[in-house]
Amino acid sequence: MTSDPAAAPPARRRRPPVGTALTYLSLVAASVVVLLPLAVVFLTSLKTSEEVADGGALSLPGNWLNFENYATAFTDGGMPAAFGNTAFILFFSIGGTVLIGSMTAYAIDRFDFRAKRPVMALFLVATLVPGVTTQVATFQVVNSFGLVDTRWAPILLYMGTDIVSVYVFLQFIRSIPTSLDEAARLDGANAFTIYRKIIFPLLKPAIATVVIIKGITTYNDFYIPFLYLHSEDLGTVSTALFRFKGPFGAHWEAISAGAILVIVPTLVVFLLLQRWIYNGFAQGATK
Amino acid sequence: MTETTDTAPGRAAGGKTRATGRPARPGRTPTGPRRRSWRDAPLRRATPWLFLALPLALLITFTYVPVANMVFYGFTDWDGISPDRNFTGLDNYVQIFTRPELFRVFLVSGYYLAASFLQIAVALYFATVLSFDLRFRNLFKGILFFPYLINGVAIGFVFLYFFQDGGTLDSVLAWLGVTTDHPWLGDPASANTSLAGVSVWRYTGLNFVLFLGAIQSVPGELYEAAQLDGASRWQQFRHIIAPGIKPVLSLSVILAISGSLSVFEIPYIMTGGATGTSTFVIQTVKLAFQFNKTGLASAAAVVLLAVILLITWIQRRLVPDDKVDLT
Repeated sequence: MTSDPAAAPPARRRRPPVGTALTYLSLVAASVVVLLPLAVVFLTSLKTSEEVADGGALSLPGNWLNFENYATAFTDGGMPAAFGNTAFILFFSIGGTVLIGSMTAYAIDRFDFRAKRPVMALFLVATLVPGVTTQVATFQVVNSFGLVDTRWAPILLYMGTDIVSVYVFLQFIRSIPTSLDEAARLDGANAFTIYRKIIFPLLKPAIATVVIIKGITTYNDFYIPFLYLHSEDLGTVSTALFRFKGPFGAHWEAISAGAILVIVPTLVVFLLLQRWIYNGFAQGATK
Repeated sequence: MTETTDTAPGRAAGGKTRATGRPARPGRTPTGPRRRSWRDAPLRRATPWLFLALPLALLITFTYVPVANMVFYGFTDWDGISPDRNFTGLDNYVQIFTRPELFRVFLVSGYYLAASFLQIAVALYFATVLSFDLRFRNLFKGILFFPYLINGVAIGFVFLYFFQDGGTLDSVLAWLGVTTDHPWLGDPASANTSLAGVSVWRYTGLNFVLFLGAIQSVPGELYEAAQLDGASRWQQFRHIIAPGIKPVLSLSVILAISGSLSVFEIPYIMTGGATGTSTFVIQTVKLAFQFNKTGLASAAAVVLLAVILLITWIQRRLVPDDKVDLT
């Protein structure tokens, strides 16, 4: 028995460990490490180019409401088109992933058919193949369809190679009682009606998870749009920002504004959907 | 959510009772007794395939066909464009392992591998700390996790400014009284260390959230009982937290190894692979898409794929049947 009164918990809440001050110190230090690089870029985005050239990185902008760099990044950097392309790709690839993932999960979990095990193995083994390695050959496949440099290339690739969402759906669909299917079947519903009217609506939490994970990873992806979308007007958020490197060269204020423009939507989504995001990524990564 | 590995018994049994009953039109049988015959209909048997057709077509087209092609291209000298390609046997593989400039990219992975172990340690520390009831806990959790969500190109630019001459890092050091004009991205060792540091900054949040979820899924009574028995902090960590997170920890190690072999974004965006920071994937992409050496690049990709499959296989061997389940 310990004599320390703090160690005997009266409630279920656990008290922090002994070196509380040190604990907080480490947390604050980590927060500074995370936030400082971002904060500096935010400050830079509000500076004029003279301020960037003359002042140090940590100096404050003269005018906190100087949004000129954002206007430059937005118009000269082609950001509206980039956000449009990203939205287009997001819409179709998320919709497709949800549909494909839930259909696969439904077929695998609710039916018995002879080739069930091989089919499952096919999906399982595919999780082990890292997408980055196979792009050399995938490019040739996409090319043979004539889809290189169209927005359908990333859409098809995001849809077709997302096995994680199949697992999220598969795990969730198991918790939906089969008696619901049976009852609907007695009422004369066929498999498609059951999928559409019963299973799909009940999968909402899993759909939310998939939409969030898929949405954020697609928004952030650089590799696939970089390989498949060469035309200037087809850039996604990632590749459009990457192109800042050339024309804006050493204009750090414009590059910073571009980076902040790309980060802000993520921040907003994160603040709104925090709990969903933690659970979603934890689920997605462990599959 | 708990994992139920078996399908419902009723369904499994029902599926096996075929061979009686006459073929009935599916979806048209309104009453119970004829239900069994409904299961026998050919359309019923085809139903799962109707659902699976599109997913399987995409899976095969964009995963299995490329893998098969890649293995094939690896034995040729194809340039990716011309219609003719010559079969060159193992020549590409010999080149990868004997030409030092092709092989040295594996060494760069070492930096990232070391960094990812640091990352796991840092994540584990903060997950343990934040599993206790602290003030501003959610704020700290959010701050630590947020970098993982940020666009990789934005991160690349943020850290280009961070490491550049007179940038964030130099300014902070000057503020602390250390003046240095060390070009952080100037020589291979320093550049790779810096880039690996960026990767730690970016990915610690994911490990942290995974560990935190695992720690929090350990019932609180266990800690209370341990405290009553006089267990120290370290003993609690050693005997309660550590076993609880073992599956996630082993998963993280695997992700760390395969991740450090397939680094692409951060070095490509920040240095373009210059000053000895080229990684395996950067090199493969350059071989394939800049130098049109599809054959050689495919062989390189096959090597990487084989290494990653080997590592996964070893992990499955060492930690068999570890069900990672957090939700």
